[in-house]
Amino acid sequence: MKDNPNGAIIIGASAGALEALSMILPPLPATYPYPIFVVVHLPPNKRSVLAAIFDLKCQLRAIEAEDKEPVEAGFIYFAPPNYHLSLEGRTHVALSSEEEVLFSRPSIDVAFESAADAWGSQLTAIVLTGANHDGSQGLSAVVRSGGTAIVQDPSEAFARAMPEAAIRACPSAQVLTLSKISTYLQNIENEH
Amino acid sequence: MTETFEKVEDIEIRLLLEALYHRYHYDFRSYAMSSIRRRLRQAREQLGFATISAMQERVLHHPEMLDDMLRFLTVQVSEMFRDPSYFAAIREKVVPHLRTYPSLKIWIAGCSSGEELYSFVILFREEGLEERTLFYATDINPEALAQAEAGIYDIERVRLFTENHLDSGGKGSLSDYYTTGYNRCILDKSLRRNVVFSDHSLVTDQVFGEMQLVSCRNVMIYFDRDLQDRAVGLFRDTLPRNGFLGLGSKETLRFSTHADGFREFVRDEKIYQRIGS
Repeated sequence: MKDNPNGAIIIGASAGALEALSMILPPLPATYPYPIFVVVHLPPNKRSVLAAIFDLKCQLRAIEAEDKEPVEAGFIYFAPPNYHLSLEGRTHVALSSEEEVLFSRPSIDVAFESAADAWGSQLTAIVLTGANHDGSQGLSAVVRSGGTAIVQDPSEAFARAMPEAAIRACPSAQVLTLSKISTYLQNIENEH
Repeated sequence: MTETFEKVEDIEIRLLLEALYHRYHYDFRSYAMSSIRRRLRQAREQLGFATISAMQERVLHHPEMLDDMLRFLTVQVSEMFRDPSYFAAIREKVVPHLRTYPSLKIWIAGCSSGEELYSFVILFREEGLEERTLFYATDINPEALAQAEAGIYDIERVRLFTENHLDSGGKGSLSDYYTTGYNRCILDKSLRRNVVFSDHSLVTDQVFGEMQLVSCRNVMIYFDRDLQDRAVGLFRDTLPRNGFLGLGSKETLRFSTHADGFREFVRDEKIYQRIGS
């Protein structure tokens, strides 16, 4: 068993997610030091091809998380449709079919809050494009736990409601364009 | 300050779970922490307590509060024929094997309010297997079991149930199995003819007979790894060679210590078959 990584990234996105994620995930090197968790709103009763798409596009391995999937650096874990994703400490992913939150399952808030509990100040959480308010409560929890909060610049977002809500909830969050977020993630070890 | 606060909360959670176990024998101590933490935060907020410790004090001394606690701690989200492709696979791939048995026992473990159970009974009736089958429906939550036994659901959910039933390859119309009234859908009581409802805990109880099929979907996701191993161990013991185990679509035996006791029977639907001894 490898040592647990000493940091993690979590990303939430909704409408326009595919394009936004395509800007920031593929450039990351296969030796990336942190695990990356991605929560995208998806229709509940269809299989998702997101993980398969990004596994092809990325140098990192991308998988759709199953319950109690071990967490390792260098993997991108996508939340499956119709389940909430949360972090069971720093070692495992846990899924749940608890009720929807803000009409969403997976919920970005649920995932962010549990990641904040698990990783505290060593977490970077990013809210991207989306047409609802999911993610702002979760991002607040990340900030309360001392983590780094980043929000996509609403002026360039495909749908601006979600980043705008996140900025209102977390005025201290860094507001960055996708290209700046991409640079940030590539240089993350220097940022901490 | 924040980090210290989080740790205090975890201590409070552990103490509350100990209290529930020692006082009432409900054992949530090996449940997945992330979900328990979220549910107890919700309970604290909605029941109006300042801290989880305060909630613990109350439930310890006031048994009437136990039901409130259980409502938050046990997850009751289900639908009839949830994941229609799972039931299609049961119908097309598992039923042909089950037909070869003169009598059948199947176990819906963690049946909650009964949606999964009735899906199986209806499927078995449509396939002509109901008469020779005994269905065991178990759960730890007495309120949920009572709901399961009543078989009454909100009428607004029936549209989804009906779509699921059709997508699962349902042969008749779902409306053959219920009547409606007062915005509720009341399942035909004949569906309960061969059902035994029982209080059973995958955490503390043992197996109670040989089953040809166990369906336990989205129940063990609330358990930690060790408790999952215990539960799968029960299923391993209760299933004879070639018996079937159905899990939720994102559950897997990959990480289980009992992985060697099963083979993937319908991989995409998480239907496993017992092998060896």
